[in-house]
Amino acid sequence: MQLQEFQAKILLSQYAIGSPAGAVAMTADEAEAAAARLNVDRIFVKAQILAGERLAAGGIRTVNSAKAAKAAAGELLGQKLVTAQTTAQGQTVKSVLVEAGIKAEQELYLSLQIDPVSGAILLTAGRGGADIEKRVAAQELKLESLALGVNGERRAGEVAELAQRIGLSGGLTTKFGELVKKLHRAFVELDAGLIEINPLVVTDAGELVAVDAKVVVDDNALFRHPELKELRDESKTDRVELHAQRHQINFVQMDGDIGTVVNGAGLALATLDMIAAAGGSPANFMDIRTTAKSLDIAQGISLVLENSRAKVLLVNVFGGGMQPCDTIAEALGIAFRRSKRILPVVIRMTGNNEDLARLRLANYNLPKTECTDMWQAVTRAVALAQGRA
Amino acid sequence: MGILIDQNTRLLCQGMTGWAGTYHTNRMIQYGTKVVAGVTPGKGGKSHLDLPVFNHVAEAIGATAANASAIFVPPDRVADAILEAIEAEMPLVVVVTERVPVLDMIRVREALAGSRTRLIGPNSQGILAPDVCQIGVMATDRAKRGTIGVISRSASLTSEVTSQLTTAGLGQSTTIGIGGDPVHGLGFVDCLELFFADPQTEGIVLVGEIGGTEEQDAARYLRETGVKKPVVACIVGRSAPPERRMGHAGALTLHGSDDVDRKIAALRDAGVAIAPSPHLVGTTMRDLVAKRAA
Repeated sequence: MQLQEFQAKILLSQYAIGSPAGAVAMTADEAEAAAARLNVDRIFVKAQILAGERLAAGGIRTVNSAKAAKAAAGELLGQKLVTAQTTAQGQTVKSVLVEAGIKAEQELYLSLQIDPVSGAILLTAGRGGADIEKRVAAQELKLESLALGVNGERRAGEVAELAQRIGLSGGLTTKFGELVKKLHRAFVELDAGLIEINPLVVTDAGELVAVDAKVVVDDNALFRHPELKELRDESKTDRVELHAQRHQINFVQMDGDIGTVVNGAGLALATLDMIAAAGGSPANFMDIRTTAKSLDIAQGISLVLENSRAKVLLVNVFGGGMQPCDTIAEALGIAFRRSKRILPVVIRMTGNNEDLARLRLANYNLPKTECTDMWQAVTRAVALAQGRA
Repeated sequence: MGILIDQNTRLLCQGMTGWAGTYHTNRMIQYGTKVVAGVTPGKGGKSHLDLPVFNHVAEAIGATAANASAIFVPPDRVADAILEAIEAEMPLVVVVTERVPVLDMIRVREALAGSRTRLIGPNSQGILAPDVCQIGVMATDRAKRGTIGVISRSASLTSEVTSQLTTAGLGQSTTIGIGGDPVHGLGFVDCLELFFADPQTEGIVLVGEIGGTEEQDAARYLRETGVKKPVVACIVGRSAPPERRMGHAGALTLHGSDDVDRKIAALRDAGVAIAPSPHLVGTTMRDLVAKRAA
C-alpha cells in the first residue's frame, strides 16, 4: 500500500524526520487558509496522487500568496492528473498539500527498500532531484548503496563513508547518519517495503529536510498496523478491487471484454497472455487465493458479471489441494443464480475433484461451453467475445 | 532420487493440529509421505491423526528423527516457526503459508545464513516427488514419476505444466515451488544446481513470471556453467497491466512486456528453449528431448 505524500510526511514526523511546514487541503478555501497560516512568500501547492513525476505534469504549483494558492488548488482539485508514472487515464486529485517553499543548497536522493536479492534492507543515496530515474539510466548519476539488517547493525563508519561518497562532509555527514538511523527505525516499525525521500534538501542552515516522501507499506503486515489499514481503505481508489481483496481474491480491472476467473497468480497471468496471443482482450485479472471459500469466489465472479464491458466469462481452473474444482463450480452456480446479467461462460476445469465439479455444473443452468485444455478454452472465449461463435 | 525429498524423508508438520494442517497432513499421508509427528506449542504429549504431537521442533526431531518440516501456521506465526526449525537444525523446511510480512522474511534470511537449513517458500505449493513423497498442497493426480524437474514461482501453473508433461509422455523427478514472495528461501539458481547434480533428472522446466530477478539470475548462472541438461522456460505476465501487484507479492512490474522480453532474451542467450505459449510447455520439452536423443 502506497501512502499519499502528506500521510507519509505525518508518519515520518513521528520519527523526528523533518519536512517543510504545511497542511493538507480538500477544498480551495482550505488551501487558502493553510497558505495564509504558513505566512511565507513562496508556497507549493502539491496534488496528492499515488504517482511521481508530478512537477513535469503541472501537479506541483509554486505561488506567492494565499489567494494564488486558492486559485492553484481550485485548478488541481477534482482534476485527473496524468504523469509519466500514471496510466493514460490519470488519477483524480482529491486533496492538495500546501507547503512552505524551502531554499535548497543541494538536493539529495535517499531511500530504504527491501532487496529481495540480498534479503536485506537496502540503503540507497546520491545526488537527487527530478528525473533521477532517467539520469541514473543514462549513467549521468551514480547512486551508492549499502545493505542494512533488520536491527540496523552496521559498522558505524559505513554510513558515514557512504555519505562522503555522495559528496557530504563535516556536520552534514553526522546529520545524514542520524537521519538514516531514524529512517531505518521508521522502516522496521511501520513494516515498510519502501521509504523514498527525493529530494532530500540540504538547506543553507545545513539542515536535512524531506521535501517529498514516498512510503509504501507491506500489505501483508497490515494486521500489525490497524491505524494504517484504515488509511488504505480510504485511499484505495478502486472499490471493486478492495471488495475482491476482502473476499480473498486478487483482482485488477482491465479494459477488455473477456472476464477471467482463475485460481493462482501464475495461471492467471498465463491466461491473460494467452487471451492476448489469441487476439482477445481481458476485462480483468483474477487470482482466487487458496483461502477463498465458495461464497467468496461467488463474490469475485459477480464482479465480473457486473462489469458492463465483459461479453464472456472464461473460467480457467487447475484444482489443487486447497481448492478443489467443485468449490469453484459451486461458486459459479451461486453467482449466476444471483446475477441479473448472464454471460456465456467457457469453462476449463481440471485437477482435484474435476469429476465432482462436472456433476455440479450439470445441475446449474449455465450458458456454458466446457473445454478440456486451456488453449481451446481461450480461443473459444475470444471467438465468443468477437461474435464469431 | 530426484532432489530434496525421497523415500527416506521423515516429515514433521508444524501446525498439524489446525484446520489446514490436519487436512493437508491427511492428504500427504494418503499420498504415501512418511509423516512422523506434529508440532503445536501447548499440545505436546497429545496424539493427532494417530501421530505424536510435540511442543517443540527439537523435541520432535529427537523422538522421531524427522528430517523435513512442513509449516502450516498463520502468517503472523510463520517467522517464529521457521526460526525454531532453523535453530533445531532441521535440514529442509517447506512453508506453504501466504501473506507473510516481508520484514519477517528478512529476519529469517539473516538466520538462514550459515545455518544447516534449506528453506522452500513461503507462499509455495511445496515439493513433490511423484509417487514417492509429497510435501505441500499441490494437485497430484496428473503427476507421474519420471525424469523432468520442474521449478516454479506459481502453484496452479506448476500443476498445469506437470499435467502437460505427463500428457507429452514425460514424467517428473521432482516439482518444486520456490514461492511467489519476493524474499524467500531457495531460488531458481539453487534448484538448477540441484537438478543438474541429480542423476534421475534429464530435463528441467523453469516457470517464471514478471517481477524480481530470479529469471535473470538463472540466465547468468546458466551462461557461466553451461546448460548441462535441456532447459525449457515459460515466463508469464507479458499482458499484465503495468505498476500493479499481480496476485504474487513478487510479481510487480513497471512494464510487463519489457520485463518479460528481458527475461526471455536473457534465458534464450543462455541456451534455454522458450515455450512459445503457456499451453505448449509439455510439447516444447518433448521436442527438445527427442532432438537430443536423435
